[in-house]
Amino acid sequence: MGITNTLANPTRFMSYSGKILPVTWALALVMILAGLYYAFPGSPPDYQMGEVVRLMYIHPQAAWLAMLTYVLMAIAALGTIIWRHPLADVLQKAAAPIGACFALLGLITGMLWGQPTWGTYWVWDARLTSFLILFIMFLGLIAIWATVDDPGRAARIAAILTLVGAVNIPIIYFSVQIWSTLHQPQGLLQGQTDEHFLPPMFLMLGGYTFLFISILLLRMRTEILGRRVRTMQLTSVTAEA
Amino acid sequence: MDLGDHAGFIIGGYLASFVVIVGLIVFSINQSRKVRARLAELEARGVRRRSDARSAGRAAPEAKV
Repeated sequence: MGITNTLANPTRFMSYSGKILPVTWALALVMILAGLYYAFPGSPPDYQMGEVVRLMYIHPQAAWLAMLTYVLMAIAALGTIIWRHPLADVLQKAAAPIGACFALLGLITGMLWGQPTWGTYWVWDARLTSFLILFIMFLGLIAIWATVDDPGRAARIAAILTLVGAVNIPIIYFSVQIWSTLHQPQGLLQGQTDEHFLPPMFLMLGGYTFLFISILLLRMRTEILGRRVRTMQLTSVTAEA
Repeated sequence: MDLGDHAGFIIGGYLASFVVIVGLIVFSINQSRKVRARLAELEARGVRRRSDARSAGRAAPEAKV
């Protein structure tokens, strides 16, 4: 808890995150540019999928980040409910739109990959359906933050719903092993991916992860400043009254 | 570079990723700018947070010494 306690102070968080942000933006840009090189001229087509394999460098990355975002939000939800961590609800609110965007990209790129490989854009199988539910949960959480005026109350409602929805994460992950689905199992973790495809996969994964960190920090900083503005407006109104 | 018969799917996937990610970044930066502008406006009007006002109140006598 040492680091989290240190960063629990919003002023300290603003100071540290301000120093980290240029580094994470730069790492994201470099890794994505290098990943794009390896994704196109730097890697061969797959012997079965052909050129469509190039979607493998953006689809699992988006899906992985959507799930990582949700796991982070679930941890933050615990922080809100149990420890009332000052930054926990800030993280929850800042992360939801990022998760929604990556989930949407996971769905779009998955559909574009599905049509040439499976012959259909969509099937209601366990993996695709549970991932669609994840996207809808992000939208629901964004709606809560947008409609509940009191940030403390919104945080508690969002935290409870996030924790209830967390059951969907293992369902998404293990769906391809438990049920018979069109979606292929995770070949990367089982060492089934050819070595030619690994550099673009990991470079894009790293680039997307640093991009996620950068956007999350940016949005958390904005949320903290937004809360300062809200407090100052209340102080101003009270003083005038 | 020839992407074959499925070029549309590949380009569509990368284009969608670019549009959504850049859109999210631009939206987040705009939100940040708006909040910073509002904060600067309030500070220019002399509005402070209660905690700032308290710490300023504590610091003032020491400054006189």
